[in-house]
Amino acid sequence: MQRFRINYAKMDALRYTGNLDMQKVWERYLRRAALQVAYSQGFHPQAKIQQACPLPLGFLSGVEIVDIWLDDDLIGAQELTRALLNTPQPGIDIRSVESIPLNAPALQSLVVSAEYAVELLEPKASADLPARMQLLLDASELPRQRRKKSYDLRPLIEGLSLDQRDESRWPRLAMRLSAREGATGRPDEVLLELGLEPAQARITRTRLIFS
Amino acid sequence: MEPSEIERRLERILPTVQKPGRYTGGELNQIVKDWQSIPLRVALAFPDIYDIGLPNLGLAIFYESLNARSDVLAERVYLPWGDMETAMRKESLPLYSLESHRPVADFDVLAVTLPYESLYTNTLSLLDLSRIPLFSSQRSDDQPVVIAGGHAVYNPEPMAPFIDAFGIGEGEELIHEMIDAVAAWKQAGQPRRDLLIRLAGIPGVYVPSLYEPEYHPDGRLSQHRPLVPGAPKKITKRILATLPPPPTRPIVPSIDVVHNRVSVEIMRGCTRGCRFCHAGMVNRPVRERPVEEILSAVSQALKNTGYEEVALLSLSSSDYTKILELVEQISQQATQQRLVISLPSLRIESFSIDLMEKLRGSRQGGFTLAPEAATERMRNIINKPIAGEQLLETARAIYSRGWNNIKLYFMIGHPSETLEDVQAIADLCKAVIAEGRKMIGKRATLHAGVSTFVPKPHTPFQWAPCDSMEQIEAKLNLLRCELRGPGLRMTWTDHRDTMFEAWLSRGDRRLAHVIHEAWRRGAKFDAWQDFFNYELWLDAFAAAGLDPGFYTHRKRAEDEVFPWEHIDPAVRKSYLLKEYLNSQSGILREDCRKHCHGCGILPAFARVRREHPGDIWKCPEVPRHTARTLTPIGEG
Repeated sequence: MQRFRINYAKMDALRYTGNLDMQKVWERYLRRAALQVAYSQGFHPQAKIQQACPLPLGFLSGVEIVDIWLDDDLIGAQELTRALLNTPQPGIDIRSVESIPLNAPALQSLVVSAEYAVELLEPKASADLPARMQLLLDASELPRQRRKKSYDLRPLIEGLSLDQRDESRWPRLAMRLSAREGATGRPDEVLLELGLEPAQARITRTRLIFS
Repeated sequence: MEPSEIERRLERILPTVQKPGRYTGGELNQIVKDWQSIPLRVALAFPDIYDIGLPNLGLAIFYESLNARSDVLAERVYLPWGDMETAMRKESLPLYSLESHRPVADFDVLAVTLPYESLYTNTLSLLDLSRIPLFSSQRSDDQPVVIAGGHAVYNPEPMAPFIDAFGIGEGEELIHEMIDAVAAWKQAGQPRRDLLIRLAGIPGVYVPSLYEPEYHPDGRLSQHRPLVPGAPKKITKRILATLPPPPTRPIVPSIDVVHNRVSVEIMRGCTRGCRFCHAGMVNRPVRERPVEEILSAVSQALKNTGYEEVALLSLSSSDYTKILELVEQISQQATQQRLVISLPSLRIESFSIDLMEKLRGSRQGGFTLAPEAATERMRNIINKPIAGEQLLETARAIYSRGWNNIKLYFMIGHPSETLEDVQAIADLCKAVIAEGRKMIGKRATLHAGVSTFVPKPHTPFQWAPCDSMEQIEAKLNLLRCELRGPGLRMTWTDHRDTMFEAWLSRGDRRLAHVIHEAWRRGAKFDAWQDFFNYELWLDAFAAAGLDPGFYTHRKRAEDEVFPWEHIDPAVRKSYLLKEYLNSQSGILREDCRKHCHGCGILPAFARVRREHPGDIWKCPEVPRHTARTLTPIGEG
């Protein structure tokens, strides 16, 4: 058995495919590529495909990662890449494939933060946005509720800035948020705190930061 | 509206609705062609949500074959769920195609598939959201031509005012002829009526606006009158002499839908002759696909999709001539590739268990059988003979060979069925579960699925009334009381759903008023329990001045002119009547693979049959003189 780590971008309409369905998309992608995916033991064997850091529905990403286990001792990363590229899956852009040790730790446990680029789809919000962002960064705590649970958003925000280099475009926000297990900041929550409607924003995960 | 504007609005709406992946397109194997350079554009619509519509095999066939033409592009349309519909109306977003995000109204043809009647109100929503006038008569020359096909349109009348042209029967060739007529008309730049007359000239096409129904004072139909010389008095269904190779590049959704699998039709039609079965009557003759063709289609489709499940579809799998060979071959592939293979509609005999055993991979699913009735009397009436002891024997074998759950389908509500016949269903289920307990103890379970008889058009029971609401309720109550206890489970069709299905399947053209009125009052997604509103439909009947009982609870005289009589499935009315009379005398008719009963399919397609002799059709060869004596007088 071998284990591979695939870095890919999640693009286009696939942004509206949730993590559960992405598992199936990957399973079928690997089947089309005629790769011998390993299956778990037991009554209901599952394909051994592990996604790192669930991406919220509707987000784009340039930095998705999935680990796969193959019942194939001969295939190399290059051959695997070729097999995947030969039968492309719409919305998945393979960036790199590497062989990793079978016993390497799960990705999830290594991720500490994630960076996001947020494009605002309506220009109206921009005028006092810098001031509101500063207010938010200056706050010592930002109590919020999500799914009926209270939490403090402030410590989850590690960085927040406005990118207005390109005048022709609508404002873009850059965020760096905590992505530890049990302490994950969500960009849509930051937008709500800024008084912006998350549905009016195109959010792309741009970087995962590991410990 | 331009696609870019539609996409702009969509990006803002999609984060606010459930399962936004339904509304984006962009899946694996979708075909996007250049809009500007293709002269003829067809929108293929399934009038329910994406989850239900995407796996539809009929549309997949058309999608592949239309897009194979260089002069045509075909794109998909499904109906939005309630939340999306509200959002679209709020943002003034018209219904659009999933491939190029063009408004449906920009297409030349809107082709709607109507496999069952509960999609009728949805079809009005489809038109309305597309901003196409609901009524055929109100459409202008530059609006899409609305065509429809599918099993439900063997009685097209309830939907007649809303559809420009119906395609009757198998559409694989017909749809191309209809599209060609639209192309020729578009090029000629003629008014819309010229197109309708052109379409009416194609065998198998029914253009409802070229006909007028006339009624007796008591409400019965007196005649269905063609209004122009070009409109044929009878529209005979289309068939294919041999089944074409199945589609092998179906679209793979990026979200979960009702059936996530490769579907390959192994056979079309059925020779069993169950008298209640619409599909068995209208899909004649039986044609089988060669084993090699099925295997090669399965392999190709798996390669193109990556699916982990394959469904081999037919009305009666056990009757496929080389079923054992097919199953043995496919099971090899299944084990190697961890596939799940489903094989529906198996006969009640131990050979079926042998077949299923070969297909059983890692999964311990249930085993489904459809005895339909539990007394010999009822079995003779519906022409589905099976000995009670044989069922018990089969059940014993199923439990002992590793299945824990058996699902049995029954049908209640035939007007000559008594409470004793229904009691026998309960007794049979109890006997089966008792056997199961004996074999494997408490693990044994039994699921009884109980549906209610609807006397469908073009079947021998078309003369029969529906059972009364009270009778149906009494029968269901009896079963609900009886089928309790450990290991037993029962699901059933609500009697109101049954009435609804009966109105719409048996309706005449006046029923269009009821459909329109119901839709106006908010009826939609009638196939969905959460949406179906019986009272609303009764109100719609009242508003249209019609009595629902006229359609459902009236026994028809032998000479009644049916509202669907101008549609000819090539099974003769005289044959159906004979079968109806046989049912009343409890006379069984054997499988017509063995003996031709003269249903009429052979004379209707005599030329096709001559050109395709032998084993291609499962009709036995009939000596010419016999065929002639079977031709009844006064038909045609």
